[in-house]
Amino acid sequence: MADPWTIFWVVGTFSVYLIIAIRSRATSTRDFYVAGHDVHPVINGMATAADWMSAASFLSMAGLIAFMGYGGSVYLMGWTGGYVLLALLLAPYLREFGKFTVPDFVGDRYYSKIARVIAVVCALFVSFTYIAGQMKGVGVAFSGFLGVPFNIGILIGMAIVFVYAVWGGMKGITYTQVAQYVVLIFAYTVPAIFISLMITSNPVPQLGFIGNMAGTDMAMLEKLNTVVTDLGFTEYTSTTKAKIDVFCITAALMFGTAGLPHVIIRFFTVKSAQAARVSAGWALVFIALLYTTAPAVAAFARINFVETVNEATYITDGEDYQQRAQQIIDAGGKPVPDWYKTWEKTGLLDYDDKNGDGIMQYRGPNAPDGVANEVTPNRDIFVLANPQIARLPAWVIGLVVAGGLAAALSTAAGLLMVISSAVSHDLLKRTFKPDMTEKQEMLAARLAAAAAVIAAGLLGIFATSLPFVAQVVAFAFGLAAASLFPIIFLGIFWKRMNKEGAISSMLTGLITTFSYIYYFKFINTDPSGWWFGVSPEGIGFVFMWVALIVGIAVALMTKAPPQHIQDLVDDIRVPGQRKLHGPDDLALKPIN
Amino acid sequence: MAITPDPQGYWRATKRLTIGLLAIWFLASYGAGILFRDFLDQFSIGGAPLGFWFAQNGAIYVFVLLIVIYCVKMTKYEKKFGIGG
Repeated sequence: MADPWTIFWVVGTFSVYLIIAIRSRATSTRDFYVAGHDVHPVINGMATAADWMSAASFLSMAGLIAFMGYGGSVYLMGWTGGYVLLALLLAPYLREFGKFTVPDFVGDRYYSKIARVIAVVCALFVSFTYIAGQMKGVGVAFSGFLGVPFNIGILIGMAIVFVYAVWGGMKGITYTQVAQYVVLIFAYTVPAIFISLMITSNPVPQLGFIGNMAGTDMAMLEKLNTVVTDLGFTEYTSTTKAKIDVFCITAALMFGTAGLPHVIIRFFTVKSAQAARVSAGWALVFIALLYTTAPAVAAFARINFVETVNEATYITDGEDYQQRAQQIIDAGGKPVPDWYKTWEKTGLLDYDDKNGDGIMQYRGPNAPDGVANEVTPNRDIFVLANPQIARLPAWVIGLVVAGGLAAALSTAAGLLMVISSAVSHDLLKRTFKPDMTEKQEMLAARLAAAAAVIAAGLLGIFATSLPFVAQVVAFAFGLAAASLFPIIFLGIFWKRMNKEGAISSMLTGLITTFSYIYYFKFINTDPSGWWFGVSPEGIGFVFMWVALIVGIAVALMTKAPPQHIQDLVDDIRVPGQRKLHGPDDLALKPIN
Repeated sequence: MAITPDPQGYWRATKRLTIGLLAIWFLASYGAGILFRDFLDQFSIGGAPLGFWFAQNGAIYVFVLLIVIYCVKMTKYEKKFGIGG
């Protein structure tokens, strides 16, 4: 089903990304790692928003919320609240510190090669788990919508990212991410506006969300609650999840967001600490545009799905759709909607006529009439089918696929930067081969980026045969929250924090979180064994506190950090004060 | 008129502001959206139960507002304590 408009948008947007990439060649390591440290705060905010919003945010989140109702709030709060932590606790200080990567800060602040290498391990682990999902998303988009085989789809995605990541580094990535943000936000909000008009007669989805059903004085959410409970689902505005688990998952996602290296490094690209905090604000504004629209899209989609699909008469592929639909309407029935028939071919919707009556019964687990559920939608369908549900012109439909690809590619590129700089900069230049020239480091960075693209592509290809890809997101956020966040935070706010404390804190966070998630995801999946009722998704928050306490305790038992480190901490707390301190600053001068 | 830079005063003010804003951050998300949701759900904003709305929309608006306040206040502190880039 390669629709011409889909091809037009995908080819068109990809060409734009390539043109931007070719025009922004990186000529120095400064360009390559941090886009020259002089990106405008608003531009960086937009790039950060694209960097951050992945295929999961764009395609899957609204669908997840549509199914989970209130339970889906963990993603909405978790994936935005982290920006407050970034703006207030990390971004301006890390920018004032003035180097290239997260391990740069950890290694210098804790005057230790071991700490630097552990930070590299954390950053690589987090980024690789995250990138596999992005590449898989690219493959799915190509195979489902352009008729290209899955593996070829991934190869095309790899080739595009290869050009702008290897050629332009952070500089190329920044400007392509801006273009990708524009594509994805347009593709997301336009259908949402029309659906909001259709269901609530209010063009602003955020207002439609709290408004009434069109032409009635019944609140949309009240209607939704009635509709889903009548079919045997949990009430939309409540959840069956334990409060403590909702709390911990939200917190793990928030602190995880703040500790994710590919998000943090975006704030190294602006010119000052002041610009970093302004930029974090813009990033959240751009993210909030999508994130406040998503719950409205979710609620509308759920209502619409029930109303148009439930109790509809199915039309088989052998029948002429138009003719049969008219017959059903004439007989006083409801035909299966045409968008359902279109998307059924992608395998994202499944109808199993269990009672053989040819009518589609959509039911929850506690259906009062005891009828078994016959319709199983994939969560991604709710965003993908939106334009057709809203009867928008064909050109908008193709745009949504381009938007999903933009979301996946922009996130993949940001992650590639972390991976390549971890190898060429943190491991080679700063740890094992400090005598490298600038030219050699550039070459190493490009080679590392190239190798990382290939590794990510392979991960994406093999990801389909590995069942755990959906599970690994818990790893990325949990590990970022428990291993990276505590030591970066303490490194800024507690001068007494030392090398010994940092190493033991990172190791504690890494080992405990990894073991808990691994155990409850792969060895014993029974939720009754969870500690305090906290799921693997939320456990990073619990172990973050353990790591924080272990770090502080060990630091207090060992000797204070050297004077030049304490002076360094004083400097990064106040903009414009940064001076050179100690051997690490002589090896690589900070830029302000 | 040049002001004598006062980095200590600046850092103290920054810490106070950070703690204050994080308290609101906590109340708007974990408070209104999770811990006190059941209580707040008896009120409503438009057609949405208030606690539910905070969890899905309101908290995000508060987050944006908090960063805006932070940026404005910090710029003022930088003038007041003579801190510059």
